[in-house]
Amino acid sequence: MSEAGLVLEGVALWLGARRLVGPLDLTIAPGEVTTLMGPSGSGKSSLLAFLCGTLDPAFRAVGRVRLDGIHIAELPPERRRLGILFQDDLLFPHLSVGGNLAFGLPPGMSRSTRRAMVETALAESGLAGFADRDPATLSGGQRARVALLRMLLSQPRALLLDEPFGRLDSRLRGRFRRLVFERALAQRLPVFMVTHDREDAEAGRGKIVTVGEDLTDNNLE
Amino acid sequence: MRGLRTGGGWLRLMPGLTLALFLLPVLAGLLGTLLPAFGYLPELGGRTFSLAPWRMLFAAPELPAALATTLVSGLVATLASFVIAVVIAATLHGTRFFAWLRRMLAPLLAMPHAALALGFAFLIGPSGWLMRVLAPIVAPDNLPPDLHLPGDRWGLALAAGMMLKETPFLLLAIVGGLGQLPADASLASARMLGYRPTAAWLKVVLPQLYRQLRLPIYAVLAFSLSVVDMALILGPSTPPPLAPLLLRWFNDADLQTIFPATAGAALQILLVAAAILSWWLGECLVARLARRWLADGGRGHLGLGARRLGGAAASLLLAFATAAILALALWSFAAHWRFPALLPDGWTLQNWTRHGSGIERPLVTSLFLGLASSAIALLLTLGCLENERRHGLHPTGRILWLIYLPLLTPQISFLFGAETLFTWLGIEAGGLAVVWSHLLFVLPYVFLMLADPYRALDERYIRAGLCLGAGRGRLFGAVMLPLLLRPILIAAAVGFAVSVALYLPTLFAGAGRFDSLTIEAVAASANGDRRLAGVFGLLQAALPLGVFLLAILLPGFIFRHRRGMAPR
Repeated sequence: MSEAGLVLEGVALWLGARRLVGPLDLTIAPGEVTTLMGPSGSGKSSLLAFLCGTLDPAFRAVGRVRLDGIHIAELPPERRRLGILFQDDLLFPHLSVGGNLAFGLPPGMSRSTRRAMVETALAESGLAGFADRDPATLSGGQRARVALLRMLLSQPRALLLDEPFGRLDSRLRGRFRRLVFERALAQRLPVFMVTHDREDAEAGRGKIVTVGEDLTDNNLE
Repeated sequence: MRGLRTGGGWLRLMPGLTLALFLLPVLAGLLGTLLPAFGYLPELGGRTFSLAPWRMLFAAPELPAALATTLVSGLVATLASFVIAVVIAATLHGTRFFAWLRRMLAPLLAMPHAALALGFAFLIGPSGWLMRVLAPIVAPDNLPPDLHLPGDRWGLALAAGMMLKETPFLLLAIVGGLGQLPADASLASARMLGYRPTAAWLKVVLPQLYRQLRLPIYAVLAFSLSVVDMALILGPSTPPPLAPLLLRWFNDADLQTIFPATAGAALQILLVAAAILSWWLGECLVARLARRWLADGGRGHLGLGARRLGGAAASLLLAFATAAILALALWSFAAHWRFPALLPDGWTLQNWTRHGSGIERPLVTSLFLGLASSAIALLLTLGCLENERRHGLHPTGRILWLIYLPLLTPQISFLFGAETLFTWLGIEAGGLAVVWSHLLFVLPYVFLMLADPYRALDERYIRAGLCLGAGRGRLFGAVMLPLLLRPILIAAAVGFAVSVALYLPTLFAGAGRFDSLTIEAVAASANGDRRLAGVFGLLQAALPLGVFLLAILLPGFIFRHRRGMAPR
C-alpha cells in the first residue's frame, strides 16, 4: 500500500465491440512523465476520462487504477485527486481569475487564507494583481497559466495532460510545457500525458507508449 | 461504475413527480368531464349512464352557429398564421431585419392574449383607431360607422386577433427548429445551384424543418378552436363560439345545464382531434404532391422582391401589436374622447384610481400566481434535466407529446373535471389549486425553453469542475446555474408571461374567488367599460414585459465584468 505514484493494471477501453486502447500496464513514479501517443480518435482522451471518472457511457473500460496505493476507479470523480489540463483552458467564464483559482482550493479555510493563497500563487507565476481580472481579457498564455494554477491549487496527487499545449503558438508552447513539467517535478507528481505531437512527447523525457493506427499516417496530416 | 452521471437519489424521482403533477389533473379532468357527459354526476342526481346530456346538447338552438364560428375562426387563424410565419421566414431568412425580428419575438409572445385582444378591439372597433384614421372616408357625418366589429358572425375579427398572437409563436418555433438544422449550409448549397433565396428556403429548409413545427402547429390548432378569453372580447356573442358557449353553460344558474356543458366539452375534444387528424392528412397529401415540385428543378422566380412581401407582413404584425398596446394606454388615461379625434380630448388618472383597491388586488394575485407557478415549473424542469444529464438519458419524441398534452387538450374540456380532483384532495378553490392548474400550462413552456440550452451546456466545464474536487451540489450551484443564468431567467419569464395570460384555469380552479388581471380585463370588456379595460389590459401587458426586461438585463448587469458571458 505504500507504493507512491500512478499505477494502471490491465486497463482497456472499448467502444462497442471495438477495443480502442490496451490492455495497458503502466507505473508512473512521482516526478516522472509517461506519454501516450496516438492519432485523434484513438481513444486517448477517453482513457483520461476513464481515469477521472468522467467517461461517456457510450464507452466501456476495464482495469484497475491505483494512486499512491489507493484504488481510485471506485471513487467519485471529485475524490480521486487527479488534476487534469485540457487543450482548452476551460476557465469558468462567470468567475474572475481569483474566483477560478479559489474554486480549485479545497474547502475549509478562512476567506483571508484563501485569498492569500490565490494571491501568492498568482505572484509566483508572474500574474500578481490578476485576481480580479475577467479571464476573457487574458492572453492565451496567461489563461493557460491560470488553468495550471487552478489545477495545482486543488492539491492533486497526479497530473493528467490531455494535449494541453495544442492551442498555444510555438513560442509559448515550449515555455508553458517547461513550466508544467517543472511544477510537476517540484511537487513530485506523476504525470500522464496524451498527445499526438512528437515534440510534446519527447519534451516529457519519459516513457512513450503508442496506441491506435500507424503514427506515420498522423504525421502526414 | 460511479462516474460523471450518478448521485442524487431524490433527483431520480423528479421525472416521475413532474409527470404525475402534470398528467394527473389532465387525466382526472378528462374523466371528470366524460362521466357527466354520459349522465354520471351523483352530486347533481346523475347516478346512471345515459345519452341525455348529448341529446340536450344537440337540441340547443345555438349549437350549429357556435360550431360554424368555431371552425371558421379557428381554421382561418391557424392556416393564416402558418402561411404568414412561413412567408416571413422564407423571404427574410438571413437578413438583418430577420435577426432583429427574432429579438422582437419574445416581447410579442409575452403579451397576454386578453390584453392583445382588447387592444386589437380598440383598433378595429366602430370607434377604434383605424376608423378614426379612416373617418373622412367611412364616417363623413362624424358618427362611428355602423359595423359589427369586433364580434362579426364568422369570428373573423377573432381569427385576426389570434393571428397576432400565433404568428410570432410559430415564428419562434421556426427559429428554434432552424437552430437544430444545418440551415445556412443547405441554403448556401441550394443557392450555389442557382435557386433563388425564397425557393431555396421552401424547397430545402422547410421540408427538413416541418417535423419540428408539427407539434407547435397542432397546439395552435387546438388553441384556436377552443380559445375563451379572446373569443369573449373579439368573437360574436349570439351565439359565441363553442368554448365560450360552454363556459356560459357551466356558469348557468340552472345546475342541470352542466350536463350538456360536459357533453359539449367532450365534443370540443372530438373537434380538436378531428382538426389535428385532418391537418395531418393534409400534410401527407401536400408532401406527396410536393415531391414532384421539389424535384422539378424550378429555381423560383421570386427574387429579392419577395422580401418586400415578408417584410410587409412582419411590419404589419409588429405595427398592429404596438398600436394595440398604445390604444390600451390611451384609453386607460382618457377622460373624454370624441369619435373622429385621433387623441383623447382630455387626460385623467381617475381611471386608475376610481377603483381604489380594485387594481391592487388583481395585480398582486397575478404577480403571485405567475411567480409561484414559474418558480415551481423551473425547479421541476431543472430537476428533470439534471437527472437526464447525470444518467445520460436521451428522451424520445413520445415524451415531447406528453409535454405538449395540456397544450393540445382544450382547456374547457378538462378544467371542469380537474375540480373534482382538487375537491377530492381538499384544496378546491384555494391558492394551491389555482397555482397547480397554472403549472399545467407554465411547465411545458418552461421545459421547452430551457431544455435545449441545458443540453447544450459544455460538459467539459462540468468535468473540469469535478476533477478540481467539486461535489455535484457545489458544481450545480457554482458552475451550472451561473453559466445557465440567461436561459433560466428567460424560461422563467416565459412561464410568468404564460401564467399572467391564463384565464380559464384561474376561473375554474379558483371558483371565481381569484380575480387576476386577466379576469378583470375580460370583465371590464364585457361591461363595455373601455377605460377600465384599458387600465387592466395595460397592466396585464406591462407585467410580463417588465419581467422579460428584468430577465434580459439582469444577467448583463451581474456579468458586466465578464466578457465571456456576453450573449452570443
